[in-house]
Amino acid sequence: MITTTPEPLALAAASPGRRVWRRFGANRVGMTAAFMVLLLGLIAVVFFILDFFGVPWPMDPNATNLERKLLPPNTTNLLGTDNLGRDVLSRLLNGAYISLTVGFIAVFVSLSIGVTVGAVAGYFGGWVDNIVMRVVDAIMCFPSFFLILTAVALLGPSIFNIIVVIGLVSWTGTARLVRAEFLTLRESAYVQAARALGQRGPKVIFRHILPNAAAPILVTAVLGVPEAILAEAGLSFLGFGVQPPQATWGNIIADGKTYILDAWWLILFPGLAILLAALSFYLTGDALRQAVETRSERQ
Amino acid sequence: MNEAAQPILQVRDLCIDFVLEDRTIEAVRGASFELGAGETLAIVGESGSGKSVTALALTRLLPVPPANLKSGEITFRGEDVMRMKPKQLRQLRGGKIAYIFQEPSTSLNPVYTVRSQIGEAIRLHRPDVTDVDTEIVRWLDAVGIIDPAARMHDYPHQLSGGMQQRVMIAMALACQPDVLVADEPTTALDVTIQAQIMELLASLKDRFGMAVILITHNFGIVSGFASRVLVMYRGRIVEQGPVEEILRHPAHPYTRALIDCIPRLGSKEKRLKTIDHAAIAAA
Repeated sequence: MITTTPEPLALAAASPGRRVWRRFGANRVGMTAAFMVLLLGLIAVVFFILDFFGVPWPMDPNATNLERKLLPPNTTNLLGTDNLGRDVLSRLLNGAYISLTVGFIAVFVSLSIGVTVGAVAGYFGGWVDNIVMRVVDAIMCFPSFFLILTAVALLGPSIFNIIVVIGLVSWTGTARLVRAEFLTLRESAYVQAARALGQRGPKVIFRHILPNAAAPILVTAVLGVPEAILAEAGLSFLGFGVQPPQATWGNIIADGKTYILDAWWLILFPGLAILLAALSFYLTGDALRQAVETRSERQ
Repeated sequence: MNEAAQPILQVRDLCIDFVLEDRTIEAVRGASFELGAGETLAIVGESGSGKSVTALALTRLLPVPPANLKSGEITFRGEDVMRMKPKQLRQLRGGKIAYIFQEPSTSLNPVYTVRSQIGEAIRLHRPDVTDVDTEIVRWLDAVGIIDPAARMHDYPHQLSGGMQQRVMIAMALACQPDVLVADEPTTALDVTIQAQIMELLASLKDRFGMAVILITHNFGIVSGFASRVLVMYRGRIVEQGPVEEILRHPAHPYTRALIDCIPRLGSKEKRLKTIDHAAIAAA
């Protein structure tokens, strides 16, 4: 155990973050999924920028051409055209950033609320915990998708509303998880040691408890993204999502469902896109969970 | 380092309850004792006898509720601990009265390096120290860690149990407390390391002249280390006095039973002694 001069490499590998990263790197499925997530992210960013500067590529996603409507995949329209003659590939690529933006920002909103609420309930315990967790239970009683649907129907379907509503409805799971972590960690010897050292309450929470709960929080965050993407797709499919002409994966399917027997490509490709995105995030999250779970591993 | 030169810590008639939903547990009942500057006091007793609770109460570390400091006085250098404001309490904890706990492996935060954790302690209580790293190295060296400049970048899991406890001791000492409370500091360590840690504590105590409260259930450790001993049984202090005297003439039946439990080399007895609570209660 006694090494007089630790190698810089061994030193770096010892930090908890590095160890998680190393274990994650050894998981091929996880790495592939993470690569897919990065690719999706890249597509989203590129097409957001193209859209922002009004550069239609490969074609204008909203340009209609009734002479070329409902064409199956061909050399000009690689994934075919829809009932208004719009290029499906262009619409799919353009819809990517909507889905990912909704996914990430909704998770950010739900995480902010969930971590704060869970931390307060778990750290203070007692009646604070009781009241907060009963509210969480009450919210959890409602099927969340219908809660989202109702709220969006009342507030009006804009991207902003959708993001906020999804975020506001989906924080309860995170709150429960964070509360449970805090309940355990606040009793831990090092938290007690930090208090015995005269450390202040907020410092104990943020320096000693939160970093030790970071791993499960990170995992729920990653797993929360596909939930939000699916929720947005579902809303768009039902017509309560992002409004036309802006393409999203959900509303491409919604528009295409009328032609399901004649134009399979209108359903299949956006469906695959949703599947692939959700799967990538789930698998990444799962690999991450496996990588952080063996926290107590000794070397 | 003469005993009871001048008491720096006085506890008078301390009563602590734990209020549970269906009942109240009297954890400490009327504990009174004092601690002189530089003195070494051992608190001996079995699990649940109230020794750790008493030690935590010294800086009001017990969570309230469920704990309830029902009555009693705690005075540190003439100041009433019971009436201290949160800020004064934070200065008292670590700065004046520092703790070492039983489990070194869980008392260190797994996500920070040794340097980060000792540094935190120094910055909290000695804001005037500018070169924190040098100070960390100095204290790690003082507790016998080889190559402290390199080891301070280690994470707790890279250290052995004995080294972790040394780090905990360094962390406590780095704040230069007047009183060091060692709550079963060797229980989680194996016997050879136990001896090393006790020797280290003894030498550090002499070198830095702080008072030590050693909490243990092991009379064997007490005799070589403490000058005065205090025996707790079921929340009460049943006996206190100089170590030799109590070891030689234990007055209370529980103390006697406890001393009899120490296994002796060359003893003819086949079975180790246990404590017969019914007999003590009857006595």
